Amino acid sequence: MKILVALKQVPDTETKIKVAADGRSLDPADVKWITGPYDEYALEEAIRIKEAKGAEVVALSVGGDTAKEVLRNALALGADSAVLLKGDGQGDALAVAQMIATYAKDKGFDLILCGNKGIGGDNAAMGPMLAELLGVAQANVVVKLELGEGTFRAEREIEGGSEMVEGSLPAVITAQKGLNEPRYASLKGIMAAKKKTIEELEAAAAPAVAVVSALALPPERPAGRRLEGEPAAQAQALLQALKDEAKVF
Amino acid sequence: MILVFCELKDGQIRKPSAEALSEGRRLADASGKKLGALFAGASCAGSAEAAKYGADVILTAEGASLASYSSDAFAQLVADAVKAKGATVLLAAATAMGKDVAPRAAARMGAGYASDVTGLAMVDGKLQAVRPVYAGKAFATTTFTSAVQVATTRPNVFALAEKAGAGAAEALAAPAGSFKSIVKEILAKAGGKVDLTEANVIVSGGRGMKDGANFKILEDLADALGGVVGASRAAVDAGWGLPHSMQVGQTGKVVSPTLYIACGISGAIQHIAGMSGSKFIVAINKDPEAPIFKLASYGIVGDLFEVVPELTKAAQAMGIGKG
Repeated sequence: MKILVALKQVPDTETKIKVAADGRSLDPADVKWITGPYDEYALEEAIRIKEAKGAEVVALSVGGDTAKEVLRNALALGADSAVLLKGDGQGDALAVAQMIATYAKDKGFDLILCGNKGIGGDNAAMGPMLAELLGVAQANVVVKLELGEGTFRAEREIEGGSEMVEGSLPAVITAQKGLNEPRYASLKGIMAAKKKTIEELEAAAAPAVAVVSALALPPERPAGRRLEGEPAAQAQALLQALKDEAKVF
Repeated sequence: MILVFCELKDGQIRKPSAEALSEGRRLADASGKKLGALFAGASCAGSAEAAKYGADVILTAEGASLASYSSDAFAQLVADAVKAKGATVLLAAATAMGKDVAPRAAARMGAGYASDVTGLAMVDGKLQAVRPVYAGKAFATTTFTSAVQVATTRPNVFALAEKAGAGAAEALAAPAGSFKSIVKEILAKAGGKVDLTEANVIVSGGRGMKDGANFKILEDLADALGGVVGASRAAVDAGWGLPHSMQVGQTGKVVSPTLYIACGISGAIQHIAGMSGSKFIVAINKDPEAPIFKLASYGIVGDLFEVVPELTKAAQAMGIGKG
């Protein structure tokens, strides 16, 4: 079995977002970059499949030189090889999906795993787009995955519960928190990863069809007020305010 | 035409779909286009309701092969309908199904896609979307260069607007079987309450709850207010047995209820990212310096274990959440 794991480099979840001078992109100063948290579940799942039944795991990222960190980390955790597609990995989801599809289409991958969303553009779109471009099955926001002979069963989160999706391989599966508990890299893994080479390829040309033309911080929230007194009085005052001022009820 | 993919539940249009239709009507009026509503399933009974929200045309694909949701079959159906009707804008609600089918359909059409949008406009005949990025820490305006533009609308953001449309019914052929994947079974959780992303009132607990069992008092308050319970990442990761589906924040759900009550939540950037779109925020925390108070419309400095039960009692006495 051959597994591709697509990893995105994203700003750390605790990053305070600042808008760059161009008014439409993220100011990269002070941004700490990490592997997308959901991508970590995708990678862990691939490694577990490899350990359980044997598989070749290829880690891939789209980006510039800094994205190599993500790939180095994937190698340390257990990926067999790593590919950097040199291109804009932070932009339009369809363009990124096209770059990855162009790379993956003749490689014979049985399974493609990625996070259900990055935590930048938050489009949650690359996975299903990649599935369509490759003409394969998909299951998104998956918390449990079982593989059969050329088939899969995936439990995915939906409103108020989950649903079981069955399909044929190859497939694109996007990971959700709960799929597994990602491991930490061992010292041995980190040392071994340093010796491996990351294959670098130019990403296929893929024009962006959805473009960010402006980026702005959310509007400031109006100042609130504190409710004083004993708990019972505070509770009463709050409900009264929500009813009369906010008209929530 | 502006085409809206709609979901039915128990023979009624789901509220997030009705919101998408309402917004679709507004966009159609602004740009002189027709509004189409698209339904698919074993039965599309109830789809006529789309006329109430301004649909000029109601397209239905009915058939046994559509009884269960299939990503590839539905995406193909949606893309084919867009093509057949010459639609230039495709909308769906940003629900589990909408977010599964819309990007796949967009890729099939080579169309630009904006997910979970909070604002839409027609500019020079093309869709323009405003949407939260970095989980609400910033808002991006998205413009499109593709002939067809696709967006999913965030639930609870777009106002429902009733405006009678012609609602001309038109049947579409259902695809023949042989799908790449299909939903075999729905595993519903107990209670059947609305999802956090669609809830009007959310009562959320953080590290200050001290234990998962203590979330009972939040359940009681949520019941009294007609709401549902959420949690911060700190609470979900604390090993208290809370499911991730409850998590609100950058690596959880991004919610926009009318009322968000944060109990024992300090207000880490990670959490704020997921709930700062709430209309009214109430913070209950022992620490008067907790960052959550900076966002709060109403703040209560105090012991949540005293305040929350008092709130429940008072809400029950006032009969809130009954209507």
